[in-house]
Amino acid sequence: MKEEIIRKTKAYYCLDCGKCTAVCPISNVRNGYSPRKLVTLTVNRSDDYVLQEAGLWFCLTCRMCQDICPSDVDYVELTKLLRGEAKKAGEEGRCSHGGALQSIMKIMTAPDLKQDRMGWISSDLKTSNDSEYLYFVGCLPYFDTFFSDIKANSLDIARSTLKILNLSGVEPQVIANERCCGHDLLWTGDFENFKRLAQHNVNEIKKTGAKKIITSCPECLMTLKVDYPDLLGKVDYEVMHISEFLSDKLSQIKIKGLEKKVTFQDPCRLGRFMNIYEAPRKVMKSIKGVEFREMKRSGAKAICCGTAGWINCDAFSKKIQDERLKEAKSTGAEILVTACPKCQIHFKCAQSEYGKEKSKDELKIDIIDLTTLLALAIGGE
Amino acid sequence: MTEKNFKPKIVVFACNWCSYAGADTAGVGRLQYPPNVRLIRVMCSGRIRPGFVLKAFELGADGVMWSGCHFGDCHYVFGNYRAVEQFEITKNLVKMLGIEKERLRLEWVSAAEGGRWAELIKEFVEDVKKVGPSPLRKVQGFKSSKVQGKKEM
Repeated sequence: MKEEIIRKTKAYYCLDCGKCTAVCPISNVRNGYSPRKLVTLTVNRSDDYVLQEAGLWFCLTCRMCQDICPSDVDYVELTKLLRGEAKKAGEEGRCSHGGALQSIMKIMTAPDLKQDRMGWISSDLKTSNDSEYLYFVGCLPYFDTFFSDIKANSLDIARSTLKILNLSGVEPQVIANERCCGHDLLWTGDFENFKRLAQHNVNEIKKTGAKKIITSCPECLMTLKVDYPDLLGKVDYEVMHISEFLSDKLSQIKIKGLEKKVTFQDPCRLGRFMNIYEAPRKVMKSIKGVEFREMKRSGAKAICCGTAGWINCDAFSKKIQDERLKEAKSTGAEILVTACPKCQIHFKCAQSEYGKEKSKDELKIDIIDLTTLLALAIGGE
Repeated sequence: MTEKNFKPKIVVFACNWCSYAGADTAGVGRLQYPPNVRLIRVMCSGRIRPGFVLKAFELGADGVMWSGCHFGDCHYVFGNYRAVEQFEITKNLVKMLGIEKERLRLEWVSAAEGGRWAELIKEFVEDVKKVGPSPLRKVQGFKSSKVQGKKEM
């Protein structure tokens, strides 16, 4: 198996230059971890040795290393495939939150499940059954409940998105029995369950007849747009992130304005993976009164929010998050805008961490989603 | 699986200081209760997390009971208050996933309440029998966890 993975990801091209380690957010805070080490191990050591390497589960798959690699080693793919092999070999991997989120995803692979997930759609929000647009909500209802103790309010994102869509003249369909997109299962090596979720979602989408899918989560965007066709062949729908959808619709919406200084956290899936940098910035700059301030490390150089796939939350992630929050605050912004519900959860968690009362002030900054910011600026009830 | 010979599999999380001792009292008193429950001892009901319950359901449990000391009796003073917070979150998640609410239960049982323990288990097993096998039992080729894999071998 290893030879094939090495060939696929071009791991043998590694020059041992160490640029990956220099940019890796984990290597920065955690001694002994380095992307280069994993590449070298994969090439030089036996299968068993590589699969038992703990470093395999630390990677955030944020793609910083891959973008800077002069030899074009597909590092994130290497991590993904190795994790798949490790899972096959019986490795448990790691999981945060006692595995609750992994369990939720796996429970959703059951074919006869009748979920009760539409409660968030209030009467002022309009959906329809025959629109060509479909809003893919993702796991937002689950996050909202699960992270209620840190006040993640993930459903604000869903409500704001629907409100914005309604105002731009779209009454999208929402699937009552939509499943998790499976992004986290894919990136933690559980390909079998990912395939089940993918199959289910593609069938559900086909049933609705919708041709254009809008997501408010960059991970859903990437999974639906890139990974589903990779796995199941060509799909007959088009996927876009809400910020892309808005880029030519902004003039149609009446925006009251908002007097705030804001800065933006580029999610790795939206930025480095899907190459969408300008669209969210355009949305923020279009709001009257909003003063946009760029962080020092932004765009393709933006630092990851510190945890990915619900597997690697630890003291080191908190260090990354603290550093990033301080960086956001140093721009003088009052609001840190993100475009990914998970970035928001992770940063809010870092702010509410127990035993950090003293340092709380230096981490204090409002964190809201791009859609929520726009909804606030639009105003209304 | 027909409804008649349906033998529910039920996971019970019991705290070390009250509920587990309560189950022990039931045993010492030779009280009969259905053998469908698998008892898992934890140090405190506040130790139980949503992940525990969801994992049980994921692996095909038909019902899960979460039990601890009565308020004011907690060995760790406020553990069972924490348990209530976590239970509320779990309850909402389970409801959202479409798992019937009868399958999850929170109960306070003290070390002296052996009789009540036997009654509760009887009642819970009956309730779960009424709603039938868990929708997650039928997941094809379900072997996501090590535990399941070992069983198949």
